[in-house]
Amino acid sequence: GKYEYDLLVIGGGSGGLACAKEAAQFGRKVAVLDYVEPSQRGTKWGLGGTCVNVGCIPKKLMHQAALLGSALKDAQHYGWNIAQPVHHNWSVMAQAVQNYVKSLNWGHRVQLQDKKVKYFNMKGSFSDPHTIRGLTKAGKETIVTAENIVIATGGRPKYPTHIAGALEYGVTSDDLFWLKESPGKTPLLYYPFILHLHEIIVCISLTDASPDVSLECAGFLTGIGLDTTVMMRSIPLRGFDQQMASLVTDYMESYGTKFLKRCFPTKVEKLESNRLQVTWKNTDLGTEETESFDTVMWAVGRAPETKTLNLETVGVKTNSETGKIIVDASEATSVPHIYAVGDITEGRPELTPTAIAAGKLLARRLFGQSSELMDYDNVPTTVFTPLEYGCVGLSEDAAVQCYGSDNIEVYHAYYKPLEFTVAERDATQCYIKMVCLREREQRIVGLHFIGPNAGEVIQGFALGIKCGATYPQLMKTIGIHPTCAEEITKLHITKRSGLDATVTGC
Amino acid sequence: QEAAKYGKKVMVLDFVTPTPLGNSWGLGGTCVNVGCIPKKLMHQAALLGQALQDSRKFGWEFTEEVKHNWMTMTESVQNYIGSLNWGYRVALREKKVTYENAYGEFVGPHTVKATNKRGVEKLYTAERFLIATGERPRYLGIPGDKEYCISSDDLFSLPYCPGKTLVVGASYVALECAGFLAGLGLDVTVTVRSILLRGFDQDMASKIGEYMEEHGINFIREFVPIKVEQIEEGTPGRLKVTAKSTKGNQIIEGEYNTVLLAIGRDACTRNIGLDKVGVMINEKTGKIPVNDEEQTNVPYIYAVGDILQDKLELTPVAIQAGRLLVRRLYAGAAIKCDYVNVPTTVFTPLEYGACGYSEEAAVEKFGEENIEVYHSYFWPLEWTVPSRDNNKCYAKIICNIQDNERVIGFHVLGPNAGEVTQGFAAAIKCGMTKEQLSSTIGIHPVCAEV
Repeated sequence: GKYEYDLLVIGGGSGGLACAKEAAQFGRKVAVLDYVEPSQRGTKWGLGGTCVNVGCIPKKLMHQAALLGSALKDAQHYGWNIAQPVHHNWSVMAQAVQNYVKSLNWGHRVQLQDKKVKYFNMKGSFSDPHTIRGLTKAGKETIVTAENIVIATGGRPKYPTHIAGALEYGVTSDDLFWLKESPGKTPLLYYPFILHLHEIIVCISLTDASPDVSLECAGFLTGIGLDTTVMMRSIPLRGFDQQMASLVTDYMESYGTKFLKRCFPTKVEKLESNRLQVTWKNTDLGTEETESFDTVMWAVGRAPETKTLNLETVGVKTNSETGKIIVDASEATSVPHIYAVGDITEGRPELTPTAIAAGKLLARRLFGQSSELMDYDNVPTTVFTPLEYGCVGLSEDAAVQCYGSDNIEVYHAYYKPLEFTVAERDATQCYIKMVCLREREQRIVGLHFIGPNAGEVIQGFALGIKCGATYPQLMKTIGIHPTCAEEITKLHITKRSGLDATVTGC
Repeated sequence: QEAAKYGKKVMVLDFVTPTPLGNSWGLGGTCVNVGCIPKKLMHQAALLGQALQDSRKFGWEFTEEVKHNWMTMTESVQNYIGSLNWGYRVALREKKVTYENAYGEFVGPHTVKATNKRGVEKLYTAERFLIATGERPRYLGIPGDKEYCISSDDLFSLPYCPGKTLVVGASYVALECAGFLAGLGLDVTVTVRSILLRGFDQDMASKIGEYMEEHGINFIREFVPIKVEQIEEGTPGRLKVTAKSTKGNQIIEGEYNTVLLAIGRDACTRNIGLDKVGVMINEKTGKIPVNDEEQTNVPYIYAVGDILQDKLELTPVAIQAGRLLVRRLYAGAAIKCDYVNVPTTVFTPLEYGACGYSEEAAVEKFGEENIEVYHSYFWPLEWTVPSRDNNKCYAKIICNIQDNERVIGFHVLGPNAGEVTQGFAAAIKCGMTKEQLSSTIGIHPVCAEV
């Protein structure tokens, strides 16, 4: 044909690879360009995108490491005799995680090969609507042409460049998962849980977005024994249900993470000892404070990777405020034959599963005679903080706004996971909330769960909600005993009643 | 408790006949005392043992030698159960339900006799009765069984570590107990007469057995014990078990510290005077047949829970049936207990959650050509780093092709199977189809997204 490839995908992450592999199934000639610009600290990684390398995967593994630390404590209550002291070795964990990630990079390379998708380790930019100029690290140029192009370059963490020292001395999630040595010096003792003399880390999140990154990281860093502080200017987990967000942070506080609320940093300086001194303003007290830390990690939002794509040349429109690419319901940009999926697209959730689904459906529409569009409604998600939070549908605040508080019923319960009893763990923040319409057969519009394995709990219910589940249907579902999830099928106290929502009895 | 809410005068009679070895417990029934609750806690103890091993790969450093102390665990578990017993006593009191720790039996129409443990008898009359006496473990009926063997009624409060254990049976009770005992570091053998987990999807059952075998539990298949003798007394002592093959005349012997019988449970209906009021029971099984409103053949006598014929032996089912019954009787409600698509979970070392039809049952009911089975092996992310099995976790859904590919069976083998299965059970209740399942976005990275 006229072009070398039927489909060229720029960006080898969750969305890009899913789209490319799906297109290849239809016997199309497909190519993927993937390139990782090193971070400020020089960190880089292989094929697979954010999720695999510096997102979901390493995050969940390190979260697991922290959970295992709790398990070690619990185990003693269950009869396991573990001699003190117990240490955590960052390097062992980091090496194991990094090895696994590398195996995934390798797995993706092999899959592309198996599916006969051509892979270029090059940074791509547009020359014209059907032509991409690829540049290798060494500066070698290759021109590639394609009938259809999908932009899936994702995003990278932002740096608050207006803060002195932020760029020079801070790291981001891009770097955290690849550190060979602990971001804080090894604590002297993990048991008993004492305040360490050294290593303190700050995860700073400012007003907008990437709120969960900062809390998730702070969570597992605390869990492996590092002295961690989260500084935030305003509210945690913006965009999420605020009642749930504060329960999550309450738990983290009781778990040992320090919070500097309503504070924002003004500068970061390096001390002679090589530690970092952070100066900040406390907006509540109107004071200025300083403290020194070993590491400062910025989690102030992610910026879409569009700058070097040369989008202006071909006329692909972006949102002036966010910089993200504007797409319609079929993932098409303002230029025919150019599409976009994943974190780069405006108005879409920044999640791997949605990127994958969108990428696959796009390929099926382009090459498989399908007309199915992506459904972005009721996408479930989970925040992997020390006490996990899973949700699907509307937050209570959004439901009130959408339907009016008279037209919704909120069922809720405070419960205690059975496993916490013998372990003598505090379950104060273990909480479930379900938002239903009062009419329309009491359809469920939102479900929120805080507790262990929140992701596992929510997934099936998300399915139910997709099927239009109603409160009566849920009440007809028998619970599995003993689990945490069964509490959802037993919700019966409403917020409106004002009654005590603590679950009692077996 | 539900009836009391409607201002009714309610009495509960609860009595625990001690086990052959003299064990007894408080208010709350099987689930609380010798079932779900202690089972799950000991299962958790075993899982934590595994977690300890995993944690080293995630960077945790501590001494190589880690031992489990049975007494520490059992004491904690029993303390928690004690708090539940207490909690129930308080709840009944607060709701003004009269409670008597006495053995109840019918002596005539509308009349029961309650005998407490000191032998004092009292008579009570009531407008309506609810029988919810549940079941107790069955014994083999071989020499030495009642004298030397224990059952799940004894295991959870055993005042000494059971040591090298022989588990007789292949029920979920047998496999769950064998599973956690092995997880705590004990030498465990399971002797199975024929198949594992009768009544469950056999494909899943064999995967569970396989996993347990690969993780150190010995299985002796197609043998039944015929004699148990004591070699040495002690806590634990030493027992000699003689078993015979079900396929021939082969005899084998083995020595164990403990023999745990888990071959089934019998309904507690034979000695409660049902004949005096004419309540029919299934003579063979002892179970009570009821209509779809939990009513026996005697209009003012109802029954719920494990003693019901052809119903599931599960706590949540019993609770639901009991509550709804009372609402129908006293609150003018009409909703009946929905026994269809009740989800369940077997808490074996590799947990198994299920809802709906097994593959065999689906094939039998709908015909092989009318069902589609979608399946996948998966590797939980948390298992990657500690290099745990990458080909054992498994999920399958069974769809009815003729009914829009409606999902009629859901099966998952993997960690937290109960948590995973619960939501899918709700979705199945909503009539979920394969298409809806496929179009639902997964949460990443969790096992349930598979």
